[in-house]
Amino acid sequence: MSQDNAAKINLSGVRKTFAGGKKVVLDHVDLEIGKGESVVIIGGSGTGKSVTIKCMLGLLKPDSGSITIDGKDVNNMSASEREDINQQVGMLFQAAALFDSLPIWENVAFGLIARNQCSRHDARDIAVEKLKLVGLSPDVLDLSPSELSSGMQKRVGLARAIASNPEIIFFDEPTTGLDPIMADVINNLIVHVNQTIGATAVTITHDMKSARKIGDRIAMLYDGRIIWAGPTDAIDHSDNEYVDQFIHGRTEGPIKMVARR
Amino acid sequence: MINPLRPIGSAFLSFLETTGRLVMFTVDGLSHCVRPPFYGRQLLRQIIEIGFLTLPVVGLTAIFAGMVLALQSYTGFARFSAEGAIASVVALSITRELGPVLAGLMIAGRIGAAMAAEIGTMRVTEQVDALTTLSTNPMKYLVAPRLIAGTLMLPFVVFIADVIGIFGGYLVAVYKLGFNPSNYLQNTWEILTTLDIVSGLVKASAFGFITTLMGCYHGYHSGGGAQGVGKATTNAVVSASILILCVNYILTLFFFTKDVAG
Repeated sequence: MSQDNAAKINLSGVRKTFAGGKKVVLDHVDLEIGKGESVVIIGGSGTGKSVTIKCMLGLLKPDSGSITIDGKDVNNMSASEREDINQQVGMLFQAAALFDSLPIWENVAFGLIARNQCSRHDARDIAVEKLKLVGLSPDVLDLSPSELSSGMQKRVGLARAIASNPEIIFFDEPTTGLDPIMADVINNLIVHVNQTIGATAVTITHDMKSARKIGDRIAMLYDGRIIWAGPTDAIDHSDNEYVDQFIHGRTEGPIKMVARR
Repeated sequence: MINPLRPIGSAFLSFLETTGRLVMFTVDGLSHCVRPPFYGRQLLRQIIEIGFLTLPVVGLTAIFAGMVLALQSYTGFARFSAEGAIASVVALSITRELGPVLAGLMIAGRIGAAMAAEIGTMRVTEQVDALTTLSTNPMKYLVAPRLIAGTLMLPFVVFIADVIGIFGGYLVAVYKLGFNPSNYLQNTWEILTTLDIVSGLVKASAFGFITTLMGCYHGYHSGGGAQGVGKATTNAVVSASILILCVNYILTLFFFTKDVAG
């Protein structure tokens, strides 16, 4: 994947707590993501992966630390400035999060129509094009999301995420709940669309097969911190016992399956 | 030993927090009603939902309310040989109170619950977050059209309910109690003033706002899972119903203080 040295997204000392500060989820997270790079954040359930991505998207506000996109501090932006930033962002949610009340084509073209970027007629044409890119035929255009399988919903979610040719795409557990073949189809689609539109990609997953396929670089989140980050092919030689235990799925090791703090 | 004041203080702080959050939600929602962009399709959908699809249930409520009112008034007033006042009682009760209050309560059950369930489900399935990532403010897209439609359409619904309710009273009075049709209609027409109609419609507008606000607020702040959405739905209906009854008293006091004092 194409990549240069400029940091597209930078997290510095990000801390996020809940329950009035009693529950620390992110504790001084530092992560730099280069332009055009595909970074996968791995970690067990409840380690703060989703909170990290929600902080980057502006859905949650960190207690402290900074998050910059193209050098702009997104934590302290007004709502309208944040909306402008979000125009260059696409997001594939874990369960696709398609709008039940709208047909498939309006789901895909929602951002384009909402921002008045094109007419409804043109938006429908773009929806056809994007659905084709994720392997769906125009037959699904007028169906409602509930008429599709979960794998097809994920594809529609992916088509929606790339509809406006975003510069950054976030993927939240893209293969969770899918059978191995469909998971591989989604992985291939993610690689394909990233290469096609040249976007910066941030994926959170605990599926190592997916992480290896999608990522240029992998970062592991544990106990609210990034404990290891490096190129994907270096993860098997990380010399980090936490990473080793996680990628091999062993029960023995320093990571204990205990209640979250 | 547990300080007995602690639970009281905790409940009071919780009340203040909820009130503050509701006030901020209301101000935010209202500000999005007057600031572009406007989502015309969403507004039209809500107008149809509130102003058209609720008519059967509100109409049925109104006609039976009018019929029962005529019947009960007759049995009561007959003791004082005041049966002639039935037309006036039905007309005034329906336009001033029963029309707006019954329609408000029915709509709180039908529309408020549906809004809380829909927005709550959108919240727990991350559809609300999806709106934000698509550069669409959820307050503007989900809340503002509902507030506008509720406030504007409930007076229309109540006006229809008024007509149907009075017609219900007419049916019972004429066909069951043997009243003269033209006398009944004349009595109805003569007793009603502009204030009776307008006060009912203003109440309806306030109840429409309250119902949609409660539906949106509880749905928007819904907790996780089916239980959270169920709780939000119940809270929306209960809070809207209580607020409707409270605000009804305040508005009645405002419109008819002179009558009370006189």
